[in-house]
Amino acid sequence: MTQLKDVVIIGAGPAGMACAVEAASKGLSTVVLDENPQPGGQIYRAIESATENRLRVLGQDYARGRELASEFRQANGVDYRPGSTVWNIGPDRLVEFSRDGKSSAIRAGHLVVATGAIERPCPLPGWTLPGVTTAGALQILLKTSGITYEGAVLTGSGPLLWLLAAQMVDAGSPPKAIVETVPRERLFRTLPELIAALGAREYLLKGMSMIRKVKRSGVRIHLGAEDIAIEGSGAVSAIRFRSKGTEHRIATDTVALHQGVVPNQQVTRLLGCRHFWDDNQKCFRPELSEDRETSCAHVYVAGDGGGIEGAKSAEMQGRLVGLAIAEKEGRGTGPRITELRLALKREARVRPFLEKLYTPSRQILHPDDATVICRCEEVTAGSVRETVAQGAPGPNQVKSFLRTGMGPCQGRICGLVVTSVISESSGKSPDDVDYYRIRPPLKPLPLAELADYSADMPDSRDPA
Amino acid sequence: MPKRIDPDTETVTFTFEGQIIRARPGDTVASALAASGIRHLRDSAVSGEPRGIFCMMGACFDCLVEVNGQPNRQACMTPVSQDLAVSRQRGGVEVKI
Ligand code: FES
Repeated sequence: MTQLKDVVIIGAGPAGMACAVEAASKGLSTVVLDENPQPGGQIYRAIESATENRLRVLGQDYARGRELASEFRQANGVDYRPGSTVWNIGPDRLVEFSRDGKSSAIRAGHLVVATGAIERPCPLPGWTLPGVTTAGALQILLKTSGITYEGAVLTGSGPLLWLLAAQMVDAGSPPKAIVETVPRERLFRTLPELIAALGAREYLLKGMSMIRKVKRSGVRIHLGAEDIAIEGSGAVSAIRFRSKGTEHRIATDTVALHQGVVPNQQVTRLLGCRHFWDDNQKCFRPELSEDRETSCAHVYVAGDGGGIEGAKSAEMQGRLVGLAIAEKEGRGTGPRITELRLALKREARVRPFLEKLYTPSRQILHPDDATVICRCEEVTAGSVRETVAQGAPGPNQVKSFLRTGMGPCQGRICGLVVTSVISESSGKSPDDVDYYRIRPPLKPLPLAELADYSADMPDSRDPA
Repeated sequence: MPKRIDPDTETVTFTFEGQIIRARPGDTVASALAASGIRHLRDSAVSGEPRGIFCMMGACFDCLVEVNGQPNRQACMTPVSQDLAVSRQRGGVEVKI
Protein backbone atom coordinates (compact mmCIF):
# COMPACT_ATOMS: atom_id res chain seq x y z
CA MET A 1 0.00 0.00 0.00
CA THR A 2 1.15 3.52 -0.69
CA GLN A 3 2.66 5.19 2.32
CA LEU A 4 1.93 8.76 3.27
CA LYS A 5 4.78 10.81 4.75
CA ASP A 6 4.85 14.38 6.01
CA VAL A 7 8.00 15.24 4.09
CA VAL A 8 9.65 13.49 1.17
CA ILE A 9 13.04 14.86 0.17
CA ILE A 10 14.64 13.98 -3.14
CA GLY A 11 18.40 14.18 -2.87
CA ALA A 12 20.84 13.67 0.02
CA GLY A 13 23.32 16.42 -0.73
CA PRO A 14 23.86 19.28 1.75
CA ALA A 15 20.36 20.69 1.18
CA GLY A 16 18.56 17.36 1.45
CA MET A 17 20.48 16.20 4.52
CA ALA A 18 20.00 19.49 6.37
CA CYS A 19 16.31 19.63 5.51
CA ALA A 20 15.78 16.09 6.78
CA VAL A 21 17.55 16.83 10.06
CA GLU A 22 15.34 19.85 10.75
CA ALA A 23 12.05 18.33 9.64
CA ALA A 24 12.59 15.16 11.64
CA SER A 25 13.67 17.12 14.72
CA LYS A 26 10.21 18.70 14.69
CA GLY A 27 8.59 15.30 14.69
CA LEU A 28 7.59 15.19 11.02
CA SER A 29 7.77 11.80 9.32
CA THR A 30 10.60 12.30 6.84
CA VAL A 31 11.85 10.20 3.94
CA VAL A 32 14.98 10.90 1.93
CA LEU A 33 15.30 9.30 -1.48
CA ASP A 34 18.71 9.48 -3.08
CA GLU A 35 20.29 7.81 -6.05
CA ASN A 36 23.74 7.33 -4.55
CA PRO A 37 24.78 4.64 -2.08
CA GLN A 38 26.00 7.23 0.48
CA PRO A 39 24.78 10.65 1.57
CA GLY A 40 26.67 13.74 0.37
CA GLY A 41 25.34 14.61 -3.07
CA GLN A 42 27.98 15.51 -5.63
CA ILE A 43 29.74 18.11 -3.51
CA TYR A 44 30.35 15.70 -0.61
CA ARG A 45 30.26 12.58 -2.75
CA ALA A 46 31.59 9.47 -0.99
CA ILE A 47 32.28 11.60 2.09
CA GLU A 48 31.81 8.70 4.51
CA SER A 49 34.30 6.41 2.81
CA ALA A 50 36.94 8.99 1.89
CA THR A 51 40.43 7.88 2.88
CA GLU A 52 42.79 10.23 4.75
CA ASN A 53 44.64 10.65 1.52
CA ARG A 54 41.54 11.76 -0.35
CA LEU A 55 40.49 14.13 2.41
CA ARG A 56 43.90 15.77 2.24
CA VAL A 57 43.74 16.15 -1.54
CA LEU A 58 40.12 17.27 -1.69
CA GLY A 59 40.61 19.86 1.05
CA GLN A 60 38.81 21.44 3.98
CA ASP A 61 35.64 22.45 2.19
CA TYR A 62 35.05 18.85 1.24
CA ALA A 63 36.04 17.38 4.60
CA ARG A 64 33.53 19.56 6.44
CA GLY A 65 30.80 17.54 4.77
CA ARG A 66 31.56 14.79 7.29
CA GLU A 67 29.93 16.78 10.10
CA LEU A 68 26.67 17.23 8.23
CA ALA A 69 26.66 13.60 7.08
CA SER A 70 27.04 12.37 10.65
CA GLU A 71 24.38 14.79 11.91
CA PHE A 72 22.14 13.32 9.21
CA ARG A 73 22.95 9.73 10.10
CA GLN A 74 22.27 10.37 13.77
CA ALA A 75 19.03 12.27 13.28
CA ASN A 76 16.10 10.42 14.81
CA GLY A 77 13.15 9.71 12.58
CA VAL A 78 14.79 10.13 9.16
CA ASP A 79 13.92 7.27 6.85
CA TYR A 80 16.88 7.39 4.46
CA ARG A 81 16.68 5.24 1.37
CA PRO A 82 19.91 5.32 -0.61
CA GLY A 83 20.00 3.80 -4.07
CA SER A 84 16.54 5.14 -4.92
CA THR A 85 15.90 6.60 -8.35
CA VAL A 86 12.78 8.75 -8.59
CA TRP A 87 11.27 8.21 -12.03
CA ASN A 88 7.95 9.99 -11.77
CA ILE A 89 5.90 12.26 -9.57
CA GLY A 90 2.20 11.82 -10.09
CA PRO A 91 -0.74 14.00 -9.04
CA ASP A 92 -0.83 15.04 -5.38
CA ARG A 93 2.86 14.41 -4.97
CA LEU A 94 2.85 10.67 -5.45
CA VAL A 95 6.57 9.99 -5.70
CA GLU A 96 7.35 6.89 -7.75
CA PHE A 97 10.82 5.45 -7.47
CA SER A 98 12.93 2.43 -8.16
CA ARG A 99 15.11 0.74 -5.56
CA ASP A 100 16.91 -2.57 -5.82
CA GLY A 101 15.15 -3.30 -9.09
CA LYS A 102 11.69 -2.77 -7.61
CA SER A 103 9.41 0.22 -8.00
CA SER A 104 7.17 1.64 -5.31
CA ALA A 105 5.52 4.92 -4.37
CA ILE A 106 5.23 7.29 -1.42
CA ARG A 107 2.76 10.13 -1.16
CA ALA A 108 4.38 13.32 0.14
CA GLY A 109 2.55 15.81 2.33
CA HIS A 110 5.35 18.19 1.41
CA LEU A 111 7.84 17.48 -1.32
CA VAL A 112 11.35 18.93 -1.18
CA VAL A 113 13.34 18.88 -4.39
CA ALA A 114 17.00 18.86 -3.40
CA THR A 115 18.42 17.53 -6.63
CA GLY A 116 21.13 20.16 -6.92
CA ALA A 117 23.01 21.20 -9.98
CA ILE A 118 24.47 19.65 -13.08
CA GLU A 119 27.36 20.95 -15.12
CA ARG A 120 26.50 23.48 -17.75
CA PRO A 121 26.76 21.84 -21.15
CA CYS A 122 29.94 22.89 -22.99
CA PRO A 123 29.34 22.13 -26.67
CA LEU A 124 32.64 22.39 -28.53
CA PRO A 125 33.95 20.66 -31.63
CA GLY A 126 35.07 17.19 -30.54
CA TRP A 127 33.42 17.22 -27.11
CA THR A 128 31.80 13.82 -27.67
CA LEU A 129 35.15 12.00 -27.95
CA PRO A 130 36.00 9.51 -25.20
CA GLY A 131 38.54 11.14 -22.89
CA VAL A 132 36.57 14.40 -22.79
CA THR A 133 34.56 14.80 -19.60
CA THR A 134 33.21 17.53 -17.40
CA ALA A 135 35.53 18.85 -14.70
CA GLY A 136 32.97 17.58 -12.21
CA ALA A 137 33.44 14.05 -13.56
CA LEU A 138 37.15 14.12 -12.75
CA GLN A 139 36.34 15.39 -9.29
CA ILE A 140 33.82 12.61 -8.75
CA LEU A 141 36.44 10.03 -9.80
CA LEU A 142 38.77 11.52 -7.22
CA LYS A 143 36.09 11.49 -4.52
CA THR A 144 34.65 8.02 -5.07
CA SER A 145 37.69 6.14 -6.25
CA GLY A 146 40.82 8.19 -5.60
CA ILE A 147 41.48 8.37 -9.33
CA THR A 148 43.39 11.27 -10.81
CA TYR A 149 44.79 11.85 -14.29
CA GLU A 150 48.24 12.70 -15.44
CA GLY A 151 48.67 15.10 -18.33
CA ALA A 152 45.11 16.38 -18.36
CA VAL A 153 44.08 19.72 -19.85
CA LEU A 154 41.33 21.65 -18.06
CA THR A 155 39.44 24.19 -20.10
CA GLY A 156 36.69 26.74 -19.55
CA SER A 157 36.08 28.97 -16.57
CA GLY A 158 34.78 29.06 -13.04
CA PRO A 159 35.94 28.39 -9.50
CA LEU A 160 35.58 24.62 -9.90
CA LEU A 161 38.15 24.61 -12.70
CA TRP A 162 40.78 26.08 -10.38
CA LEU A 163 39.68 23.97 -7.44
CA LEU A 164 40.07 20.79 -9.49
CA ALA A 165 43.47 21.97 -10.73
CA ALA A 166 44.60 22.63 -7.15
CA GLN A 167 43.36 19.21 -6.05
CA MET A 168 45.19 17.55 -8.93
CA VAL A 169 48.35 19.38 -7.87
CA ASP A 170 47.92 18.00 -4.35
CA ALA A 171 47.24 14.55 -5.77
CA GLY A 172 50.66 14.65 -7.41
CA SER A 173 49.32 14.93 -10.96
CA PRO A 174 49.19 18.62 -11.89
CA PRO A 175 47.28 19.28 -15.10
CA LYS A 176 49.36 19.68 -18.22
CA ALA A 177 47.64 22.99 -18.91
CA ILE A 178 44.73 25.21 -17.99
CA VAL A 179 43.01 26.86 -20.90
CA GLU A 180 40.80 29.55 -19.43
CA THR A 181 38.16 31.27 -21.52
CA VAL A 182 37.58 34.44 -19.47
CA PRO A 183 38.20 37.45 -21.75
CA ARG A 184 41.10 39.52 -20.45
CA GLU A 185 39.21 42.78 -20.09
CA ARG A 186 36.45 41.21 -18.01
CA LEU A 187 38.12 41.51 -14.63
CA PHE A 188 38.05 45.32 -14.93
CA ARG A 189 34.40 45.26 -15.87
CA THR A 190 33.58 43.36 -12.71
CA LEU A 191 35.12 45.92 -10.36
CA PRO A 192 31.80 47.07 -8.86
CA GLU A 193 30.79 43.46 -8.17
CA LEU A 194 34.25 42.75 -6.81
CA ILE A 195 33.90 45.57 -4.31
CA ALA A 196 30.49 44.30 -3.25
CA ALA A 197 32.01 40.84 -2.82
CA LEU A 198 34.56 42.12 -0.32
CA GLY A 199 31.92 41.46 2.32
CA ALA A 200 32.55 37.77 1.67
CA ARG A 201 36.27 38.09 1.27
CA GLU A 202 37.08 34.64 2.61
CA TYR A 203 35.88 33.28 -0.74
CA LEU A 204 38.06 35.69 -2.68
CA LEU A 205 41.11 34.85 -0.59
CA LYS A 206 40.48 31.14 -0.96
CA GLY A 207 40.14 31.55 -4.71
CA MET A 208 43.35 33.52 -4.94
CA SER A 209 45.30 31.01 -2.93
CA MET A 210 44.01 28.18 -5.12
CA ILE A 211 45.12 30.00 -8.26
CA ARG A 212 48.49 30.77 -6.68
CA LYS A 213 49.03 27.12 -5.79
CA VAL A 214 48.33 26.02 -9.36
CA LYS A 215 50.59 28.70 -10.84
CA ARG A 216 53.42 27.90 -8.45
CA SER A 217 53.33 24.25 -9.37
CA GLY A 218 54.35 25.19 -12.89
CA VAL A 219 51.12 24.37 -14.73
CA ARG A 220 50.93 26.07 -18.13
CA ILE A 221 48.16 28.62 -18.05
CA HIS A 222 46.58 30.12 -21.15
CA LEU A 223 44.17 32.97 -20.55
CA GLY A 224 41.49 34.47 -22.76
CA ALA A 225 41.29 31.33 -24.92
CA GLU A 226 38.90 31.27 -27.89
CA ASP A 227 37.91 28.91 -30.70
CA ILE A 228 38.56 25.80 -28.70
CA ALA A 229 38.40 22.49 -30.54
CA ILE A 230 39.16 18.99 -29.41
CA GLU A 231 40.85 16.63 -31.83
CA GLY A 232 41.11 12.90 -32.04
CA SER A 233 39.80 9.85 -33.79
CA GLY A 234 38.19 7.30 -31.51
CA ALA A 235 39.40 9.27 -28.47
CA VAL A 236 40.84 12.69 -27.69
CA SER A 237 44.43 13.30 -28.77
CA ALA A 238 44.79 17.08 -28.58
CA ILE A 239 43.14 20.40 -27.83
CA ARG A 240 43.48 23.40 -30.12
CA PHE A 241 42.69 27.05 -29.30
CA ARG A 242 43.73 30.65 -29.81
CA SER A 243 45.05 32.78 -26.98
CA LYS A 244 46.48 36.31 -27.23
CA GLY A 245 46.41 36.06 -31.01
CA THR A 246 48.47 32.85 -31.17
CA GLU A 247 47.23 29.41 -32.19
CA HIS A 248 48.05 26.61 -29.77
CA ARG A 249 47.80 22.85 -29.92
CA ILE A 250 48.45 20.72 -26.87
CA ALA A 251 48.63 16.93 -27.13
CA THR A 252 46.67 15.19 -24.37
CA ASP A 253 44.47 12.14 -23.81
CA THR A 254 42.30 13.81 -21.14
CA VAL A 255 40.32 17.02 -21.46
CA ALA A 256 37.98 18.31 -18.74
CA LEU A 257 35.40 20.97 -19.59
CA HIS A 258 33.79 23.44 -17.24
CA GLN A 259 31.65 26.55 -17.55
CA GLY A 260 29.96 26.58 -14.18
CA VAL A 261 26.99 24.61 -12.96
CA VAL A 262 23.25 25.11 -13.47
CA PRO A 263 20.12 23.95 -11.64
CA ASN A 264 19.00 20.43 -12.45
CA GLN A 265 15.47 21.22 -13.63
CA GLN A 266 14.16 17.74 -14.36
CA VAL A 267 11.93 17.36 -11.31
CA THR A 268 10.61 20.93 -11.12
CA ARG A 269 9.86 20.85 -14.86
CA LEU A 270 8.15 17.47 -14.60
CA LEU A 271 5.95 18.93 -11.86
CA GLY A 272 5.10 21.92 -14.02
CA CYS A 273 6.53 24.50 -11.61
CA ARG A 274 6.95 27.99 -13.08
CA HIS A 275 10.53 28.86 -14.05
CA PHE A 276 12.22 32.07 -15.12
CA TRP A 277 15.39 32.85 -17.02
CA ASP A 278 18.15 34.31 -14.85
CA ASP A 279 20.33 36.27 -17.23
CA ASN A 280 23.18 36.62 -14.72
CA GLN A 281 23.40 32.87 -14.16
CA LYS A 282 22.38 32.16 -17.77
CA CYS A 283 19.98 29.44 -16.79
CA PHE A 284 16.38 28.78 -15.80
CA ARG A 285 15.42 28.76 -12.14
CA PRO A 286 12.15 27.78 -10.51
CA GLU A 287 10.16 30.69 -9.07
CA LEU A 288 10.40 30.44 -5.30
CA SER A 289 8.70 32.13 -2.35
CA GLU A 290 10.62 33.38 0.67
CA ASP A 291 10.21 29.90 2.15
CA ARG A 292 11.45 28.42 -1.14
CA GLU A 293 8.07 27.03 -2.10
CA THR A 294 7.55 26.70 -5.86
CA SER A 295 4.47 27.76 -7.82
CA CYS A 296 3.15 24.25 -7.07
CA ALA A 297 1.76 24.22 -3.53
CA HIS A 298 3.65 22.03 -1.03
CA VAL A 299 6.60 21.62 -3.39
CA TYR A 300 9.86 23.25 -2.26
CA VAL A 301 13.35 23.54 -3.66
CA ALA A 302 16.37 23.52 -1.37
CA GLY A 303 19.90 23.91 -2.68
CA ASP A 304 21.36 24.69 -6.07
CA GLY A 305 18.33 23.30 -7.91
CA GLY A 306 16.76 26.68 -7.11
CA GLY A 307 19.69 28.71 -8.48
CA ILE A 308 23.42 28.41 -7.95
CA GLU A 309 24.56 29.60 -4.53
CA GLY A 310 27.02 26.97 -3.36
CA ALA A 311 27.23 24.22 -0.74
CA LYS A 312 27.04 26.38 2.39
CA SER A 313 23.90 28.12 1.16
CA ALA A 314 22.44 24.79 0.11
CA GLU A 315 22.75 23.52 3.64
CA MET A 316 21.15 26.64 5.09
CA GLN A 317 18.35 26.52 2.54
CA GLY A 318 17.72 22.91 3.51
CA ARG A 319 17.37 23.89 7.15
CA LEU A 320 15.17 26.82 6.23
CA VAL A 321 12.79 24.65 4.20
CA GLY A 322 12.66 21.96 6.89
CA LEU A 323 11.72 24.58 9.49
CA ALA A 324 9.28 26.40 7.20
CA ILE A 325 7.40 23.14 6.64
CA ALA A 326 7.38 22.45 10.38
CA GLU A 327 5.99 25.94 10.94
CA LYS A 328 3.19 25.24 8.47
CA GLU A 329 2.44 22.03 10.29
CA GLY A 330 2.01 24.02 13.46
CA ARG A 331 5.32 23.22 15.16
CA GLY A 332 7.13 26.11 16.78
CA THR A 333 10.50 26.95 15.29
CA GLY A 334 11.63 30.04 17.21
CA PRO A 335 13.83 32.70 15.61
CA ARG A 336 15.91 30.34 13.48
CA ILE A 337 14.10 30.97 10.21
CA THR A 338 14.89 34.69 10.44
CA GLU A 339 18.51 33.97 11.32
CA LEU A 340 18.89 31.63 8.38
CA ARG A 341 17.43 34.19 5.99
CA LEU A 342 19.98 36.76 7.14
CA ALA A 343 22.87 34.32 6.91
CA LEU A 344 21.80 33.36 3.39
CA LYS A 345 21.86 37.02 2.33
CA ARG A 346 25.40 37.39 3.68
CA GLU A 347 26.49 34.21 1.97
CA ALA A 348 25.12 35.45 -1.38
CA ARG A 349 27.33 38.55 -1.51
CA VAL A 350 30.07 36.91 -3.54
CA ARG A 351 27.71 35.53 -6.22
CA PRO A 352 27.24 38.60 -8.47
CA PHE A 353 31.00 38.89 -8.84
CA LEU A 354 31.45 35.20 -9.68
CA GLU A 355 28.49 35.23 -12.05
CA LYS A 356 29.80 38.20 -14.00
CA LEU A 357 33.46 37.18 -14.04
CA TYR A 358 32.69 33.60 -15.02
CA THR A 359 29.76 34.15 -17.33
CA PRO A 360 29.97 31.28 -19.86
CA SER A 361 31.98 31.81 -23.02
CA ARG A 362 30.23 32.91 -26.18
CA GLN A 363 31.46 29.80 -27.96
CA ILE A 364 29.43 27.48 -25.77
CA LEU A 365 26.35 29.71 -25.44
CA HIS A 366 26.17 30.13 -29.21
CA PRO A 367 28.04 27.22 -30.77
CA ASP A 368 29.12 27.08 -34.40
CA ASP A 369 26.71 25.52 -36.88
CA ALA A 370 28.81 22.36 -37.16
CA THR A 371 29.01 21.71 -33.41
CA VAL A 372 26.91 18.89 -31.98
CA ILE A 373 24.72 20.24 -29.19
CA CYS A 374 22.51 17.21 -28.50
CA ARG A 375 24.95 14.44 -27.65
CA CYS A 376 22.36 11.66 -27.58
CA GLU A 377 20.87 12.26 -31.02
CA GLU A 378 23.93 14.02 -32.47
CA VAL A 379 22.11 17.14 -33.60
CA THR A 380 24.17 20.20 -34.55
CA ALA A 381 23.51 23.83 -33.66
CA GLY A 382 23.17 24.48 -37.42
CA SER A 383 20.27 22.09 -37.82
CA VAL A 384 18.50 23.67 -34.86
CA ARG A 385 18.95 27.10 -36.48
CA GLU A 386 17.60 25.78 -39.79
CA THR A 387 14.57 24.31 -38.10
CA VAL A 388 13.88 27.63 -36.38
CA ALA A 389 14.24 29.41 -39.74
CA GLN A 390 11.63 27.03 -41.12
CA GLY A 391 9.24 28.15 -38.43
CA ALA A 392 9.71 25.94 -35.36
CA PRO A 393 8.89 28.35 -32.50
CA GLY A 394 10.35 26.53 -29.48
CA PRO A 395 12.25 23.59 -28.02
CA ASN A 396 9.32 21.17 -28.19
CA GLN A 397 8.78 21.72 -31.91
CA VAL A 398 12.52 21.48 -32.57
CA LYS A 399 12.42 18.27 -30.55
CA SER A 400 9.74 16.71 -32.70
CA PHE A 401 11.59 17.64 -35.92
CA LEU A 402 15.14 16.79 -34.88
CA ARG A 403 14.76 14.47 -31.86
CA THR A 404 16.85 16.86 -29.73
CA GLY A 405 16.16 16.03 -26.10
CA MET A 406 14.49 12.75 -27.04
CA GLY A 407 17.47 10.56 -26.27
CA PRO A 408 18.10 8.94 -22.92
CA CYS A 409 19.37 12.12 -21.20
CA GLN A 410 16.03 13.77 -21.99
CA GLY A 411 17.56 17.15 -22.61
CA ARG A 412 19.59 17.37 -19.41
CA ILE A 413 22.67 18.13 -21.49
CA CYS A 414 21.31 20.00 -24.53
CA GLY A 415 18.29 21.78 -23.01
CA LEU A 416 19.83 25.13 -22.10
CA VAL A 417 21.86 25.30 -25.30
CA VAL A 418 18.80 24.58 -27.43
CA THR A 419 16.93 27.37 -25.66
CA SER A 420 19.73 29.87 -26.17
CA VAL A 421 20.25 28.91 -29.83
CA ILE A 422 16.51 29.31 -30.53
CA SER A 423 16.43 32.56 -28.60
CA GLU A 424 19.36 33.92 -30.60
CA SER A 425 17.99 32.91 -33.99
CA SER A 426 14.39 33.92 -33.36
CA GLY A 427 15.10 37.13 -31.45
CA LYS A 428 12.76 35.98 -28.67
CA SER A 429 13.74 36.08 -24.99
CA PRO A 430 14.69 32.78 -23.33
CA ASP A 431 11.55 33.13 -21.19
CA ASP A 432 9.41 33.26 -24.35
CA VAL A 433 11.33 30.40 -25.97
CA ASP A 434 11.02 28.35 -22.76
CA TYR A 435 12.30 24.81 -22.20
CA TYR A 436 11.50 21.21 -23.06
CA ARG A 437 8.41 19.69 -21.54
CA ILE A 438 9.71 16.97 -19.25
CA ARG A 439 7.77 13.73 -19.14
CA PRO A 440 8.12 10.54 -17.16
CA PRO A 441 10.00 8.37 -16.71
CA LEU A 442 12.82 10.66 -15.56
CA LYS A 443 15.16 7.73 -16.08
CA PRO A 444 14.70 4.65 -18.23
CA LEU A 445 13.16 1.80 -16.34
CA PRO A 446 13.41 -1.88 -17.26
CA LEU A 447 10.08 -2.94 -18.72
CA ALA A 448 9.84 -5.96 -16.45
CA GLU A 449 10.11 -3.69 -13.41
CA LEU A 450 7.37 -1.46 -14.72
CA ALA A 451 5.15 -4.46 -15.39
CA ASP A 452 5.47 -5.55 -11.76
CA TYR A 453 4.59 -2.12 -10.49
CA SER A 454 1.13 -0.76 -10.03
CA ALA A 455 0.60 2.64 -8.44
CA ASP A 456 -3.16 2.73 -8.11
CA MET A 457 -3.37 1.28 -4.66
CA PRO A 458 -5.30 3.02 -1.92
CA ASP A 459 -3.35 5.32 0.37
CA SER A 460 -2.78 4.35 3.90
CA ARG A 461 -1.32 6.06 6.89
CA ASP A 462 2.10 4.73 7.47
CA PRO A 463 1.75 2.40 10.45
CA ALA A 464 5.21 3.37 11.75
CA MET B 1 46.60 8.71 -17.90
CA PRO B 2 44.58 7.56 -14.88
CA LYS B 3 46.32 6.92 -11.59
CA ARG B 4 45.04 5.84 -8.17
CA ILE B 5 46.18 7.92 -5.23
CA ASP B 6 45.44 5.32 -2.53
CA PRO B 7 47.54 2.20 -1.91
CA ASP B 8 46.46 -0.92 -3.75
CA THR B 9 43.47 -2.68 -2.21
CA GLU B 10 41.79 -4.26 -5.20
CA THR B 11 39.37 -6.88 -4.04
CA VAL B 12 36.54 -7.07 -6.57
CA THR B 13 36.72 -8.42 -10.10
CA PHE B 14 34.21 -8.26 -12.91
CA THR B 15 34.35 -8.59 -16.66
CA PHE B 16 34.01 -6.02 -19.41
CA GLU B 17 33.61 -7.47 -22.88
CA GLY B 18 35.02 -10.68 -21.43
CA GLN B 19 38.16 -8.99 -20.07
CA ILE B 20 38.78 -9.25 -16.32
CA ILE B 21 38.75 -5.87 -14.56
CA ARG B 22 40.04 -5.35 -11.05
CA ALA B 23 38.09 -2.89 -8.96
CA ARG B 24 38.04 -1.49 -5.45
CA PRO B 25 35.16 -1.27 -3.05
CA GLY B 26 33.39 2.05 -3.60
CA ASP B 27 34.03 1.96 -7.34
CA THR B 28 31.26 2.19 -9.86
CA VAL B 29 31.56 0.17 -13.04
CA ALA B 30 32.52 3.44 -14.75
CA SER B 31 35.24 4.40 -12.29
CA ALA B 32 36.77 0.91 -12.31
CA LEU B 33 36.88 0.97 -16.10
CA ALA B 34 38.32 4.49 -16.04
CA ALA B 35 41.07 3.35 -13.67
CA SER B 36 41.86 0.48 -16.04
CA GLY B 37 42.24 2.91 -18.92
CA ILE B 38 39.08 1.75 -20.72
CA ARG B 39 37.34 4.74 -22.23
CA HIS B 40 35.06 3.36 -24.92
CA LEU B 41 31.88 2.26 -23.15
CA ARG B 42 29.27 2.37 -25.87
CA ASP B 43 28.65 3.13 -29.51
CA SER B 44 26.42 6.09 -30.16
CA ALA B 45 23.00 5.11 -31.39
CA VAL B 46 23.10 7.47 -34.37
CA SER B 47 26.58 7.46 -35.92
CA GLY B 48 28.01 4.44 -34.12
CA GLU B 49 30.91 6.52 -32.82
CA PRO B 50 32.59 5.52 -29.56
CA ARG B 51 31.47 7.24 -26.37
CA GLY B 52 32.70 7.15 -22.83
CA ILE B 53 32.02 8.69 -19.44
CA PHE B 54 31.16 12.37 -19.50
CA CYS B 55 29.41 13.57 -16.32
CA MET B 56 29.91 10.67 -13.84
CA MET B 57 26.73 11.74 -12.04
CA GLY B 58 23.98 10.05 -13.94
CA ALA B 59 22.95 13.01 -16.10
CA CYS B 60 24.39 12.48 -19.58
CA PHE B 61 23.72 8.77 -20.24
CA ASP B 62 26.89 8.51 -22.29
CA CYS B 63 28.13 5.67 -20.09
CA LEU B 64 25.32 3.23 -20.95
CA VAL B 65 26.38 -0.40 -20.81
CA GLU B 66 24.79 -3.82 -20.53
CA VAL B 67 25.05 -5.31 -17.06
CA ASN B 68 24.35 -9.04 -16.73
CA GLY B 69 22.40 -8.89 -19.97
CA GLN B 70 20.30 -5.90 -18.98
CA PRO B 71 20.76 -2.98 -21.39
CA ASN B 72 20.67 0.76 -20.65
CA ARG B 73 22.46 0.69 -17.31
CA GLN B 74 24.41 3.79 -16.38
CA ALA B 75 27.92 2.55 -15.63
CA CYS B 76 28.56 5.60 -13.45
CA MET B 77 25.57 4.77 -11.23
CA THR B 78 26.21 1.04 -10.99
CA PRO B 79 28.32 -0.02 -8.00
CA VAL B 80 30.78 -2.79 -8.82
CA SER B 81 30.16 -6.21 -7.42
CA GLN B 82 31.96 -9.49 -7.81
CA ASP B 83 31.50 -11.23 -11.17
CA LEU B 84 29.29 -8.66 -12.89
CA ALA B 85 29.33 -9.24 -16.63
CA VAL B 86 29.46 -5.87 -18.34
CA SER B 87 29.51 -5.18 -22.04
CA ARG B 88 29.28 -2.24 -24.39
CA GLN B 89 25.88 -0.85 -25.21
CA ARG B 90 25.30 -0.91 -28.93
CA GLY B 91 22.32 0.60 -30.68
CA GLY B 92 19.32 2.54 -29.49
CA VAL B 93 17.79 3.14 -26.13
CA GLU B 94 14.12 2.88 -25.27
CA VAL B 95 12.99 5.29 -22.57
CA LYS B 96 9.29 5.73 -23.17
CA ILE B 97 6.52 4.10 -21.20
S1 FES C 1 28.79 9.42 -17.26
FE1 FES C 1 27.05 10.69 -17.49
S2 FES C 1 25.46 9.34 -16.95
FE2 FES C 1 27.19 8.17 -16.54
